[in-house]
Amino acid sequence: MAKNPNHRDLFPGALEVMILQSLRAKPMHGYALVKHIKQASDNLLQVEEGSLYPALQRMLREGWLDSEAGISAKGRPTRIYKLTEAGLRHLEKEMVSFENMFTGMARVLAFSRL
Amino acid sequence: MRMLPRLFFRRRRYDDISVSIREHIAERIDELTEEGMTFREAEQQTRREFGNVTLMEQRSREAWQWAALESILTDLRFALRRLGNSPGFTATVLLTLAIGIGANTSVFSVINSVLLKPLPYPDSGRIAALWLDAPGASGLANFSSGLQMSPSMYLTFAEHNHTFQSMGIWVPSTANVTGVGQPEWVQSDVISDGVLQTLDIPPVLGRWFTRTDQDPHGAKTAMLSYGYWQRRFGGDRSVIGRAIQVDAETRTVVGVMPRGFRMGDQDFDLLLPYALDRAHLKLAPFCCNSIGRLKPGVPLALANADLARLLPVWMDSWSNGPGTNPHYYERWRITPNLRPLKQQVIGNIGNVLWVVMATVGLVMLIACANIANLMLVRAEARHQELTIRAALGAGRARIARELLIESLTLGLLGGILAVGVAYGGLRLLTAIGPADLPRLSEVSLDARSLGLAFMLSVLSGLFFGSIPVLRFVRGRSGITMSQTNRTASAGRTRQRSRSVLVITQVALALVLLVSALLMIRTFAALRGVRPGFTDAAHLQTFSTWIPDQLIGDSRMVMRTENNIVDQLTAIPGVSAVGFAGAVPMDGNDPNWDQILVEGKSYEGTEPPIRLFNYVSPGYFNVMGTHLVAGRDFTWADIYNLRPEVIVSENFARESWGSAAAAVGKRVRQFTKTPWQEVIGVAEDVHVHGADEEAPAIIYWPAMLYSPYTPTPTVSTSRYATFVLRSDQAGTSGLLNRAQQAVWAVNPNLPMASIRTMQELYDKSMARTSFTLVMLAIAGGMALALSLIGIYGVISFAVTQRTREIGIRLALGAQKNRLHWMFVRSALRLTGLGIAFGLAAAGFLVQLMKTLVFGIHPLDPVTFIAVPFILTTAAALASYLPARRAVSVDPVQTLRAE
Repeated sequence: MAKNPNHRDLFPGALEVMILQSLRAKPMHGYALVKHIKQASDNLLQVEEGSLYPALQRMLREGWLDSEAGISAKGRPTRIYKLTEAGLRHLEKEMVSFENMFTGMARVLAFSRL
Repeated sequence: MRMLPRLFFRRRRYDDISVSIREHIAERIDELTEEGMTFREAEQQTRREFGNVTLMEQRSREAWQWAALESILTDLRFALRRLGNSPGFTATVLLTLAIGIGANTSVFSVINSVLLKPLPYPDSGRIAALWLDAPGASGLANFSSGLQMSPSMYLTFAEHNHTFQSMGIWVPSTANVTGVGQPEWVQSDVISDGVLQTLDIPPVLGRWFTRTDQDPHGAKTAMLSYGYWQRRFGGDRSVIGRAIQVDAETRTVVGVMPRGFRMGDQDFDLLLPYALDRAHLKLAPFCCNSIGRLKPGVPLALANADLARLLPVWMDSWSNGPGTNPHYYERWRITPNLRPLKQQVIGNIGNVLWVVMATVGLVMLIACANIANLMLVRAEARHQELTIRAALGAGRARIARELLIESLTLGLLGGILAVGVAYGGLRLLTAIGPADLPRLSEVSLDARSLGLAFMLSVLSGLFFGSIPVLRFVRGRSGITMSQTNRTASAGRTRQRSRSVLVITQVALALVLLVSALLMIRTFAALRGVRPGFTDAAHLQTFSTWIPDQLIGDSRMVMRTENNIVDQLTAIPGVSAVGFAGAVPMDGNDPNWDQILVEGKSYEGTEPPIRLFNYVSPGYFNVMGTHLVAGRDFTWADIYNLRPEVIVSENFARESWGSAAAAVGKRVRQFTKTPWQEVIGVAEDVHVHGADEEAPAIIYWPAMLYSPYTPTPTVSTSRYATFVLRSDQAGTSGLLNRAQQAVWAVNPNLPMASIRTMQELYDKSMARTSFTLVMLAIAGGMALALSLIGIYGVISFAVTQRTREIGIRLALGAQKNRLHWMFVRSALRLTGLGIAFGLAAAGFLVQLMKTLVFGIHPLDPVTFIAVPFILTTAAALASYLPARRAVSVDPVQTLRAE
């Protein structure tokens, strides 16, 4: 149940950070989120719907997100997700840890290339 | 806490998920059609990308679920459904549990309220009952609890001690209240300053007594109990300051004590201040209940030492009158023997209660063993299913959990029913109100009892659930999926756990039956004791008290009591009437003092202290107490104050060798008092109950020259308990007539303590009969349960071995020998159970030592009879299924498969 911060799966963690960062710009619904991440990563990243929705619910439970009833661009009823204060704090903390991780990994990879 | 709202808002969350996903799919389809696909293709493509939408929704929902809990709930629902499918089994188990746990809970509630909970006074652990020991006063051993304090002792102790915060004495008494409606006899306590301070319960109205109320020449005051205030004054708050007539004296009500306030374990109506007149106090009498509140942190031992230091001070400060030796009591070797007030209140009931608790606990164990047996049969039936599930990959833990959840569900449901049973049981108990159970009014089902019920439910659930689980887990490796087990008789291992259960049951049943039989033998022994009176059901008793203020002159008191006897005798249907200071088993001892036998030398030793009673002519006749030698008092003896006494047979034997030899001999109380002639010898009377030795008793005439006054003064017992022999004893008709008879003599005399001798006799047996009934019920249940257990095991074994029986029969085995084969296996289990049981019983009956009477705790009759009964019953229980199996046609049996 409780998440063990010392043992994190890279991918779910990354997905969450990307969702948080995307929603920081503006609240979105699920489809828009997938689109946004795809475009922002220049098609390098494709979010699987099968992972997206469970992740959204987990984040709602943690209180990082909030959802409200809304209308999609096409006029269909949907749920719009937006970042909460707690989500913002979590995002900032995670960004630092991710950056450290990337830096570290880059150094290690550079080292082994020698 | 966040769990609960989450559960409530979950449905909305689930809808949100569905809406989001639906919209997502629709938008994706839109996107793909815009890219040029047909709607059909787009939809297929989208579905492929999404994969299993239901699974996705489920995964998303799981974020909101407590997975473990939810799956347990599923198991629970499954368990409930399965239990509902076998109502017979479920009802049996639930009923067994409800009764078992219910009985345990109610008995524990009693133990908790009576023995464990502190008394209902603030910081009650610091309240001590003040008692003394006097090993040097021979005969004093007859006092069950020791020596009480005297008023002079109280004053010395209260004024000079260093260890008590407060201290007080009181004497339970009765009072005639007149002037408020009909004259009424009420229970009163005459209390000194310090009693209420020690108990520390503030009055609900008015004030406590203070030292000034104690002044014999000051204003007369009184306090009311809550009950009396409600009953007599309708709870009128203006009662403070009101005047009432108590024993023909005007007293002002100064306070009302709150509801539920009792003096130790005694109810009362009135509190009166103890008017201590220092000028007239002597060393004796040792009449008073005493309590004290210890200073914080002072242990009893220190307080004992403190009071011991003050005993010489007491003897220096007071005397027993001119010419007496104030240090006389040094011979008594008095030492303080303080005890917690709680111990005083509880008395020796603890023993009975723990025995009853142990008993119902054992029944519970037996019941659990039976349920475990049933569970094993059920598990046997599900063996196939469980095996298949295990083969399909269900984990051991998962299956074990399911079995345990089923048994825990049963346990908890049983527990809920049990609380109902316990509640009913306690209501019944308080309604019946077994005599001599202290603190009965405080008995209730509190959190601790409910906790016990819950704990028992869970523990029993785990216990009888774990047995099939262990069997399943252990047996799994060897599981075969084939239903037809070709082994002729299912292996011994399958039977072993059931056999262990049966052995346990037999052992426990033996313990209970031994206890029950011991109590039955005790009861029979008690019934066999001739109490010293006859035909108790036809003896009506009641008491009157004639206060000084009503009739001052002792001879007039005697005349009044005599007139009452005459009036009562005139009632139709009354064959005899008499009165005495106390009747047997009423809990009163009119007096105790020394008695000197003429011609006997007491050099250097103290004459033993004897029980005194003061009787009217005809008292022995009405009671049916046989006069072994000599004659009864006559009215002429009484009015002429003839120096005569009647003694009990045991006293006559001890002093003069035989009853006949006693007549004409002389005794006296003190060296300065005149000799009294023994005119009669009465048979021994068990005045303290059939289980107590009959004490030596000196019967004085109801009117005599008091030995306690410096000059001869006529003294009459103002407290008289009248006894009427009539077929109508206990009927309101007789009581009305008796009341009229008393009022015809004096309209200001109320009747009190209205009881038949049968009631007194039953009350004195209450402890034994209560224990007996409880143990007999428990023993009966234990016997029945363990017989069912034996029957079940043997029938199951028989069913398992039907094929084997068929083969044996076909090969020519004798039916008798086959019967014997099964009975023998049952007897082997029973024998083992009996062996264990005997060992346990031999140890446990030591607990009952104080409860048995007239027999040894290791009573040979009991210890032979019970194993015999059990063996016979077990043989019968196993013979029945064996006969059924053997009577089957062997060909049928063999063809069956």
